[in-house]
Amino acid sequence: MKRLLDPDSLRALSRGSAVLGAGGGGDAYVTLLQALQATEDFGPVPLVDLDELPDDALVMPCAGVGATTVILEKFENGDEGARLREHLEFVTERQVAALMAIEIGGGNALLPITWAARIGLPVVDADGIGRAFPEIPQVTMHLAGIPASPAVMTDERGNLVVFRTISGDWMERLARAAAVEFGGAASAALFSLTAAKARGATVRNSVSKAISIGETLAAATGSPVDALLAKMGAFQLASGKVLDVERHTTSGFVRGSVVIEGLGEDAGRLIRLELQNENLVALERGRVLASVPDLITVLDAETADAISTEVLRYGQRVTAIAFACDPVWRTERGVAVAGPRAFGYDFDYVPVEELAGATT
Amino acid sequence: MRRPDYRLGIDVGGTNTDAVIMDAADRVIAKAKVPCTPDITGGITAAIDAVLRAPDVTPSRITHVMLGTTHATNAVLERRHLRRVAAIRLGGPATHSVRPMFGWPRDLAEAVSVGAIIVDGGIEFDGRELSPLDTDAIARFLGDVGEATEGVAITSVFAPVSSRHELEAAEVVKRELGEVHISLSHEIGSIGLLERENATILNGALVGVARDVADAVRQALTTHRLAPATFFAQNDGTLMALDHALRYPVLTIGSGPANSVRGAAFLTGNSDSLVVDVGGTSTDVGVLVNGFPRESSLGVEIGGILTNFRMPDLVTIALGGGTVVTQGPNGLQLGPRSVGYLLTQQALVFGGNIPTLTDAAVAAGRAELGDPAPTGRYRRILTEALARADTMLADAIDRMKTSKEDRALVAVGGGSILVPDRIPGVSEVIRPDHFDTANAVGAAIASVSGQIDRIFHMGTEGRQAALDEACNEASEHAVAAGADPATVSIVELEEIPLAYLTTPSVRIRAKAAGSLGGMAPPPAIRGTGESAPARRAGQVGGHLTGHVEELRRKP
Repeated sequence: MKRLLDPDSLRALSRGSAVLGAGGGGDAYVTLLQALQATEDFGPVPLVDLDELPDDALVMPCAGVGATTVILEKFENGDEGARLREHLEFVTERQVAALMAIEIGGGNALLPITWAARIGLPVVDADGIGRAFPEIPQVTMHLAGIPASPAVMTDERGNLVVFRTISGDWMERLARAAAVEFGGAASAALFSLTAAKARGATVRNSVSKAISIGETLAAATGSPVDALLAKMGAFQLASGKVLDVERHTTSGFVRGSVVIEGLGEDAGRLIRLELQNENLVALERGRVLASVPDLITVLDAETADAISTEVLRYGQRVTAIAFACDPVWRTERGVAVAGPRAFGYDFDYVPVEELAGATT
Repeated sequence: MRRPDYRLGIDVGGTNTDAVIMDAADRVIAKAKVPCTPDITGGITAAIDAVLRAPDVTPSRITHVMLGTTHATNAVLERRHLRRVAAIRLGGPATHSVRPMFGWPRDLAEAVSVGAIIVDGGIEFDGRELSPLDTDAIARFLGDVGEATEGVAITSVFAPVSSRHELEAAEVVKRELGEVHISLSHEIGSIGLLERENATILNGALVGVARDVADAVRQALTTHRLAPATFFAQNDGTLMALDHALRYPVLTIGSGPANSVRGAAFLTGNSDSLVVDVGGTSTDVGVLVNGFPRESSLGVEIGGILTNFRMPDLVTIALGGGTVVTQGPNGLQLGPRSVGYLLTQQALVFGGNIPTLTDAAVAAGRAELGDPAPTGRYRRILTEALARADTMLADAIDRMKTSKEDRALVAVGGGSILVPDRIPGVSEVIRPDHFDTANAVGAAIASVSGQIDRIFHMGTEGRQAALDEACNEASEHAVAAGADPATVSIVELEEIPLAYLTTPSVRIRAKAAGSLGGMAPPPAIRGTGESAPARRAGQVGGHLTGHVEELRRKP
């Protein structure tokens, strides 16, 4: 066991996962309270390394699927995880040994901890993205050829659906339709896999990384933004204020853009962020400063807390930063699934450090 | 309701109670500032007596009273005078993963709660029933909590989409408990179940506090044989009728700073500038946008509890006219202790023996007050203290600016003599007449508002129809609260699309404001003339850097 996830580490995880959410992944506040209550009622959850699990142990990736605004009102009962585990064991005829966050970015990072506390299982120090992405197939398990099926989805009432789909895209379509019927949000276990496979098909140590980001922010004695830049090896795109926010819905996703007007050292600059739930591309005068699959996060200029795309507003003082994604997303297959062209942009992916090098 | 003639504005702060009388032409014809008393009634009575005795005032011409107070905030912070509330959440089997009042400071939860329950019920985002309302469970719960219940707070999942389960549950409460105060979340907060539930529970706890303030005002007025229409100021700087305030006292939290920003706007004729309000103990820096205080964009904490109120976006620093200057072992110590309302007895210039920032301002020639002679002995530390205060103030102002261009600063509040004439980043410091009672003026000139925040489904009629419906509803709320229909306009409009739903849905927040009959209309929304319709979204509103010492937003 690496550590027990006590309330302090959960708070740090919540802040860190917001930074890794790259503007998306949903509000981490309700999910933090859920994890804190489950920990208070059932005891802290052990965080384990995949190497600690037997090769054939089944790992259950957990996801809240649906509209993040719905979760602000109607959040989980808490027993969904137990039900998902029971039925996943039934359809796979294997025992679940540990839970895993499908994505470390945003609220989904804490969901498996709430469930694991109640079930009495550990959570693995890994996730399926290393950040947040909008679509179900945009996970490292998919890149590794592990199918999303059989997947199980449930709601707070006890309704349960088992999905066996022919592709990740079909999983996306069917899971979304079911989530809407459940009331806009549902709980799911998908891409279940053995510990042996998970060692090569996930982003390792990402829970520890998110916790240490949160701890860095809390411990910063000077500027938290500077502390974060140093810790992440991140590049500051611009510091200034939000000049314009434009959002609209296209086929279920919030798309739009944010314009940041530089202040201080960045006076005179205008940075435009394009977003689809997450921040996808940062542009300046038509030049790309950073793009998916690298992470672009907008921080509160003062506290360095990540600001999700939904709460960006005119006049906020912010610092936009960018940093490298997990190397798996920079492979040919990774870029095909989550690079600029996968989101409809007509340019090739260039790593953020090369773009930053060209600037300075 | 009588046509407005004289209006009596009252602000009950932490140090002083201020009162002003304004005539129909919006001129201040009388003002008073008196120290608060422990029971608040004394201060309110003294302030009202003082303005009614002023030479140019004919008390019988007073038609309206507008009241702003930080009393509700202080009651929560001090856990005093709070009623005990039974909390009922309608949302099972969802939402059990975070129970009501989870995460509250233990002493506050104990002071407020007689018990809490989550029963089956609630609404889905699209208006469907989440589960049938379990009225039997509500009745059993009320039987269990029993006699100690002084109020009931009811919060349904997605009450902003449909209030029907909350109304049905309220009927059950009336049947079981008879006459008991009931707080319904759909009338109090917006989207965000836990924050709205917190605010609804706090509301039930504050009912007695609001009644005490209202009774104090009524008593003082009755002594003078007056019975004017009475309004409470709320956290956005607009007014609500007394009966509404008594049902929803939590909405008055934050009215103090909102009033001083609005008052500063009115006294200077500026609708967009920085405002600094220096009191006896603390200083607020706020921003005036379009005649209203800029609001913070995230929920705020009150006494350690997260709520989703839109509060004025402020930076508050512990710096005021009564701030004590001492020479400690580690050099100069500036506050946070303040002599507060004892300033006129304890400060050097008033014959006392405690050096304060007021003494420093007098010694530096920024104000002529009392006798400057005794400050001579402390000149060195007073000079150093004032320099440090200037730096703190300049930093606070800089944090609230959203552009590097110099902006005008309006200085109000009794302690604003501390504010220097030259501040980095400030083009000019404007010191209006009646600066010392700007918050009471802000209450007296406030408009009446109504707002909505809920999810709309864009059917065949599309986005514009949803926006129109939202604006109409907000306007109806404003009229219901006492606004003159002819003057009601939309002052704030924001839309946020919902992700991951196949039916296009959008969360729309709209606020309408209008004046009491016969007064000037409030300014209309800014930015409607600009090109892209989406510019309206997010155009009006706050930024994230502001915070208030006691009213903190979530971590």
